[in-house]
Amino acid sequence: MNTLKERQKDIQTAAEMLGKPVYADEVTKIPAPRRELQHSSPKLVSLEEAIRMSGLKDGMTISFHHHFRGGDKVVNLVVDKLADMGYKNLHLAASSLSDVHAPLLRHIKSGVVTRISTSGLRGELAQAISEGIMEEPVIFRSHGGRGAAIANGDLHIDVAFLGASSCDALGNACGYSRSENAKSICGSLGYALPDARFADKVVILTDDLVDYPNTPNSISESDVDFVVEVDSVGDSSKIASGAIRDTKNPRDILLAQQAAKVIINSGYFRDGFSIQTGSGGASLAAVKFIREEMLRRGIKASYALGGITAHMVKLHEEGLIDRLIDVQSFDRVAAESLRDNKMHKEVSSCEYASAEEPGSAVHYLDIVILSALEADVNFNVNVLVGSDGVIRGAIGGHPDTAADSALSIIVCPLLRGRIPCVVDEVTTLITPGSTVDVIVTEYGIAVNPRRHELAERLAQAGLKVVDIKDLRDKALSIIGSPAPLSFGDKTVGVVMNRDGSVMDVIKNIID
Amino acid sequence: MERLRRTMMFVPGNNPGMMADAHIYGPDSIMLDLEDSVSMMEKDTARLLVYNALKTIDYGDTEMVVRINPLNTPYGKKDIEAVVKAGVHVVRMPKTETADEVREVEAEIEKVEREIGAEGRTRIMAAIESALGVVNAYDIAISSPRMMGIALGAEDYCANLKTQRSKEGDELRLARETIVVAARAAGIDALDTVFSNLNDMETFRREVEYIKTLGFDGKSIINPRQIEVVNEVFTPTEKDIEKAKAIVAAIKEAEKKGSGVIALNGKMIDRPVVIRAERTITLAKAAGLLTEEDI
Repeated sequence: MNTLKERQKDIQTAAEMLGKPVYADEVTKIPAPRRELQHSSPKLVSLEEAIRMSGLKDGMTISFHHHFRGGDKVVNLVVDKLADMGYKNLHLAASSLSDVHAPLLRHIKSGVVTRISTSGLRGELAQAISEGIMEEPVIFRSHGGRGAAIANGDLHIDVAFLGASSCDALGNACGYSRSENAKSICGSLGYALPDARFADKVVILTDDLVDYPNTPNSISESDVDFVVEVDSVGDSSKIASGAIRDTKNPRDILLAQQAAKVIINSGYFRDGFSIQTGSGGASLAAVKFIREEMLRRGIKASYALGGITAHMVKLHEEGLIDRLIDVQSFDRVAAESLRDNKMHKEVSSCEYASAEEPGSAVHYLDIVILSALEADVNFNVNVLVGSDGVIRGAIGGHPDTAADSALSIIVCPLLRGRIPCVVDEVTTLITPGSTVDVIVTEYGIAVNPRRHELAERLAQAGLKVVDIKDLRDKALSIIGSPAPLSFGDKTVGVVMNRDGSVMDVIKNIID
Repeated sequence: MERLRRTMMFVPGNNPGMMADAHIYGPDSIMLDLEDSVSMMEKDTARLLVYNALKTIDYGDTEMVVRINPLNTPYGKKDIEAVVKAGVHVVRMPKTETADEVREVEAEIEKVEREIGAEGRTRIMAAIESALGVVNAYDIAISSPRMMGIALGAEDYCANLKTQRSKEGDELRLARETIVVAARAAGIDALDTVFSNLNDMETFRREVEYIKTLGFDGKSIINPRQIEVVNEVFTPTEKDIEKAKAIVAAIKEAEKKGSGVIALNGKMIDRPVVIRAERTITLAKAAGLLTEEDI
């Protein structure tokens, strides 16, 4: 039994036992140099081919990410193509949608898109949906809630169309590019990662097809079925601003100072703390004040989470923040830092904020600064629907971070022009008051009665701690009671809580 | 208690958005303007807005000042009538050159106050914005018992002097010193002119330090962002506060003993030292560095 030939019978028997065929020597080696071979990768196809080969059918769910923000070209490009190809009745599940997606209205009217799931809506699309243009209500989820819903199957994605700033022919994709032809940069692809992992088919669209291996990669080739090269995934100037821009708005500065004082005197401002801030003027300015106090006291943060900004990168590079955990890079500086800084880590929305993953980063977050369209006397917050009843925002990570952090601070002016922002009851419930700790306004700081120890600490530090009902009364005394909104009977939106329960519904607004 | 006037923030009287919440930034005084920042077309509108702002908005402890149009314009008398009726704390006269002008304004204020039964409620401050005004500074400062302060208006003053403003401010030296001396001689406050380049906070800070050294009580400002700098400059150092506290304690001790002589560490304390210590305490309290219990 020393030769292959002599063992042939035993090989046959073993194959039968395992239910496998016997090896047939039919392999043809491809001698082409591998850099050339990449360009004939079977994954590399046109958009139309990718759609056809994905097996997409009418009624199925397609998904997108919103990392290209106001510059995004992917959603419109793909849905236009789907319309041309005659698709109908699709469910569009984006991590968020904005002004730039107004062209979707045409496809809603013609029945190409009949259902939408998103974190937010803005502009013309939001206006039309608020007025009731769709038969099916839009399903709104937080970022953590969406990640969890994709992972647990509540939101099953048939085909994900994910834009990337660079990708190789096998599907290794990133939100930045190391090549000379880089056309766009968005940094983290955190909101696209659950789609890449759990969608049945994954199509990457890129405007910078680079040589293999595009490492370190964000999305892995093993999750990708097709790679489509396009002229542009997004308008760079609208994806992200270039540098740190400090607000000069005195009200934002005042709010930022107050928020910073709350943090500094909260008891959570100690060596090794973790923090998340938003990208609004007041949030960014607060980081500046916090930085000064960190330097003064000689303390450092263990990590900054969330939407990472140039301000956070600066603190990281100064050694004041040990790690950056990035689900979304808010500006170009942050995006470049993700590319260049070793301790700047990209995470998926599940790792960021899923309620179903006990290890998600928000669980270990000390302090979060958030904004609000409205807050009410029960500390409930609305970040989605304007005081005029029209959808004009996004849930984002608001309820996720408020719920899981040790200290959630809402920064919100008492008045925006003639609109009161502290009211009796929020127009739409997004973040429940049970998860909100402090509301900072220019007229005083309200602390949730649940946190009386915090209220005492802040008052002792000389901060103006007020009853939230006094803030509401103050707003009313300045501008009077607004007329009630005229909502219709149609439900145009459903707000899902992050645990998969239904939190609130949005009714159609009548002029 | 002595009222602090570190910052007097100018707010155009035709801008309801800014008037509605100017106090949230914590200026010591707010000056709603009916004069130079309001065009002829909007004089009546602005007067109506300012009247209603004073009547309806709760400005808290902030001192409310209105800069009126001069009496020799068609608006001056109407301005006085409106703001006095609205309960303004201080009427600010622009471009004041003589004591007679103050007495004319005083007469108008008295007339309105009598009408509404609020005699003596309104105070006056005068902005000095010309060479003649500087020459008459002391006369202006003592022209009325209602006078609470005089201020320098540098732009008009420089034009009148045939010069322009420089970073160093040499052209304003005589006017500034004259105004401080006149104010002190009359026992009223002295306020410095505005600094309008919001992008140059360093020069602004130096200017505030300089005018503090000259003896001014505070500075006119045009943006809430300037408040913090002025307050920082006018906030006493920890060492000054400790010294002032010791002096105040020595006074209390002397009072307790019924002694007319105040001594600290074996040395007699002069009256000027006591006055300076009291001002230090006031400023420290305003900056939140001291409470009543600390003293």
